[in-house]
Amino acid sequence: MLELIEAALRRPNLVAFVLLLLWGLYITITHHNYVKKLVGLYIVQTSVIFFLVATGFKEGATVPVITGGNDDYVNPLPQVLTLTAIVVQIATLGVSLGLVSRIYRKFGSLDEDEVLEKLG
Amino acid sequence: MTYSFELPLLALLILTAAGAMIVKELISAVLILGAYSFFLALVWAWLGAADVAFVEAVVGAGLATVFFLLTLSQTSPEDTRIRRPPPPIIAVIALPLLGLLLLYAANDLPAFGDPGSPASVHVSPHYIENSLADTRTPNVVTSVLMDYRVLDTLIETVVVFTSGIACWLLLRRDAE
Repeated sequence: MLELIEAALRRPNLVAFVLLLLWGLYITITHHNYVKKLVGLYIVQTSVIFFLVATGFKEGATVPVITGGNDDYVNPLPQVLTLTAIVVQIATLGVSLGLVSRIYRKFGSLDEDEVLEKLG
Repeated sequence: MTYSFELPLLALLILTAAGAMIVKELISAVLILGAYSFFLALVWAWLGAADVAFVEAVVGAGLATVFFLLTLSQTSPEDTRIRRPPPPIIAVIALPLLGLLLLYAANDLPAFGDPGSPASVHVSPHYIENSLADTRTPNVVTSVLMDYRVLDTLIETVVVFTSGIACWLLLRRDAE
């Protein structure tokens, strides 16, 4: 048990990722408001992106822009993949917010239970 | 390993995420989420991911907040207050178990900032060593995004275009 805690403390990125993921999932599951659910999903997505970028970090390394010196550079590949992921995340967020505002126009509520009630 | 400002930054990140969960007013939750995105951009600048930090500050903290506020501006104030029903028992039990399971796997992961981790020694040194000669671009992230994997980026713009069309179809005034 003690070595498990020590192993987790040597990986603060993993601990932060797990906390953010659980918080986001908790918001998404427990809240009945559509916008709040999207806030939770946003936190889940950014936590996963945070974890991916943190795996590319190297101690004492700099930004991967090659300057000619003998510097060590961090791993650029997770950054490239997460750039794509962030843009796609915003695109899906826009579509889901469009759906939410469409639902609000039709049912006059952002609450899941009220919408289900009006659906019958 | 220096922890002068990194740990407070991670703590602020987690605090703002918790704040977005606790507040009862939707507009406050959205604005706290914008602050969360800015702290995330700072964390990424610390991790050496300058491009990701720029994108997060512009797209995550700016555009996402604007999207949320645009949606909320159409709603009446009584709909933006949040009811707090008691959480389902399955969430209270299953989520901590999931967290323990993820933390249990910590020993199998490389340590934070380990230069010899598998992700850092297998493929990426090839790009760091050869991208300047191949593409004449000092920034490795740009050369991978816009040269080696340009087809990915093309399809990404297709995704953004599709989502723009979907938003337009959803939000047309005369749509029935």
